Amino acid sequence: MRNQQLLLYEEDHRQVQVVIQQLLRDADALAIFVVDMNGQLVAETGELQDLDTTSIASLCAGCVAATAGLARLVGENDFPVHFHQGLRASLHITRVSPQMILAVVFDDRSSLGLVRLRVRKAAARLGLVVEEMHKRAERPRAFGTSPFADITDEDIDNLFSN
Amino acid sequence: MSFINYSAREINCKIVYYGPGLCGKTTNLQWIYKRTNPKLKGKMISLATETERTLFFDFLPLALGTIRGFQTRFHLYTVPGQVFYDASRKLILKGCDGVVFVADSQSERMEANVESLENLRVNLGEQGIDLATTPCVIQYNKRDLPNSASLEDMRTLLNPGGLPEFEACAADGNGVFETLKAVAREVLHDLKQMSH
Repeated sequence: MRNQQLLLYEEDHRQVQVVIQQLLRDADALAIFVVDMNGQLVAETGELQDLDTTSIASLCAGCVAATAGLARLVGENDFPVHFHQGLRASLHITRVSPQMILAVVFDDRSSLGLVRLRVRKAAARLGLVVEEMHKRAERPRAFGTSPFADITDEDIDNLFSN
Repeated sequence: MSFINYSAREINCKIVYYGPGLCGKTTNLQWIYKRTNPKLKGKMISLATETERTLFFDFLPLALGTIRGFQTRFHLYTVPGQVFYDASRKLILKGCDGVVFVADSQSERMEANVESLENLRVNLGEQGIDLATTPCVIQYNKRDLPNSASLEDMRTLLNPGGLPEFEACAADGNGVFETLKAVAREVLHDLKQMSH
C-alpha cells in the first residue's frame, strides 16, 4: 500500500494557525512549528526571521523518529514528549498524533513548566484538527481537484527548463 | 507521502538516495547543492561522523518551479549506507515518494550493491510498499574508475526490470542532474496517476 497524501486546505491552515498563535501567547514562546512525521513543515508562527524553518522541520522529524526508535529499544512504544535545553533557547517537542509534531521554541521569558502546561491543552486541540485533515485526505475529491489531475508531460518538462 | 498545501499553494515531495556505503549518495547531493541557483535551494544539512561518513542523513530542499500555480519542492535525503545503520535507513525511507538507488560501479562492490538493493526492497516492504511500483531510478556511479564492472553485468544484477538508469561520475557532476530530473519526473507522473 502506497502512502496517503497529506492535504492542507485553507480551512485546516486557518484552524492550525488559531491554535498555535494562541499557544505562542499563552506560553510566551519565541516560535512554534507544526511538522509532519516526514519532515514537511505544515505551519509556523512567531519570531521566524532568522530561522531556517525548512531545516528545523526536517530535523525535528528526524529527532522524533530517532527518539521513537530508542523508546522501542527500552520497551516503550514512544517517548511522545521531549525537551532540549540550551543556554538561551530551548525546544519542547510533542507528538500530537501519529503523523504530526508540535515544536515550541522558547527562552528565559518563559519556563518549561509553563510551556508544558500550555502545550498539553494546545496539543489536544491540534490533534482534533489533524484528525479532521486526515479524514479529508481520505476523500480529497470532495474538497477540490488535485493539482496533479491535469498535469501534462509539458508541465513536468517545464520544471527543468531553467 | 507528498504534501499538498493548498493554503501556501505548494507541493512537497520526498526523494531518498539509497545505496551501499561510499557509493556516492552524499556526493550527489553536494553536487546538486553546489550547482543550484541559491534562490532555488535551502541549506544542506549533513548529520555525519567526524570522518564525514553519513551518520543519520543528509537533507537538501529544492524548489524546482511551479506546476499549475503550485510551487513544487523536492526534499532530497540520503541514508547512511553502512550495513549496521539499518534502523536509521528505515526511518528515513518512511514517507518517501521516490528513490534513487546509487550503485558503486567498482567490481568489488557488486555484492554490496546487491545487498543494499535487497535491503531497500525489504525496508520498503516493511512499510507495505512494493519497490516495483515505487518511482525509482538507478544510477551507476563511479563509471570513470578503471575497475568498473561492465554496464551489462550491472544491469543484469541490479536492474532486470528496466528502471530508468544513468551512468554517472558524481564527483565531477556527470549524470547527477539527469538522475535527479528522472526521479522527479517519475514521482510527478506517479502522483498524477494517484490523483485519477
